[in-house]
Amino acid sequence: MSEGRAQAAKLAGIAVVAGLFSALFGVGGGIVAVPLLILALGLPERVATATSLGAIVITALAGVLVYGLRGEVNVGYAALVGLPAVAGALVGSSLQQRVRGRTLAYAFAALLVAVGVWLLGA
Amino acid sequence: MTSSTVLLALALGFSAGVLAGLFGVGGGILFVPALVGLGLGQVEAQATSLLAILPTVAAGAWNQRRYGNLRARTALVLGVLSVVGVELGARIATSLPEPLLRRLFALLLFGVAAQLVWRTLERGRRYPEAA
Repeated sequence: MSEGRAQAAKLAGIAVVAGLFSALFGVGGGIVAVPLLILALGLPERVATATSLGAIVITALAGVLVYGLRGEVNVGYAALVGLPAVAGALVGSSLQQRVRGRTLAYAFAALLVAVGVWLLGA
Repeated sequence: MTSSTVLLALALGFSAGVLAGLFGVGGGILFVPALVGLGLGQVEAQATSLLAILPTVAAGAWNQRRYGNLRARTALVLGVLSVVGVELGARIATSLPEPLLRRLFALLLFGVAAQLVWRTLERGRRYPEAA
């Protein structure tokens, strides 16, 4: 297999795994796509993150269609949660330049664990 | 939907956005539990989360394209081929019992938390003075 074809095959594999992960959990799939793009295709971290973000636009749209056909998408709640999140993300990424404390990251990790434990009992 | 539910949803959405931007994680892992908390079933929460992340993701992708980090062709191929996985993932998610899917999601949260701690430790090792 030529170098180009091997790369294309890897990209296709990453795409399918990311899509599966995205629809299975209702997330973008960047958690699996970004590390795979870095490790398997050798993309620089920033490029991998940005490129994955671009791909997720299509992945999430496909997920909305597939779940929408099954009547599972609640448009009202999606707007209520998703629209203020755009403003939130702007605030968050501008704060990121200033507050990059280790303690804050651990606190967030602890929050994720707490939410997980809550979901286990929900 | 009562007005307090609406306010809670707006507040959760905004907070999830702040955390996602601050820590470089996707909004989805926060939207799904938020939507479950608002009373949606696990599959419905996940499906709704996919629509809820779209505005943030599109805005982020647009910014990254301006910075020149986004490789459009690779992203396009990645996105289009991911549709195969999406169909498969949705089939698996809708065939699993909801409590099991919810538990799997909880495991995902533990995984992301572990990754975050690992990333923070790595960064601390590389730039010890930055912490």
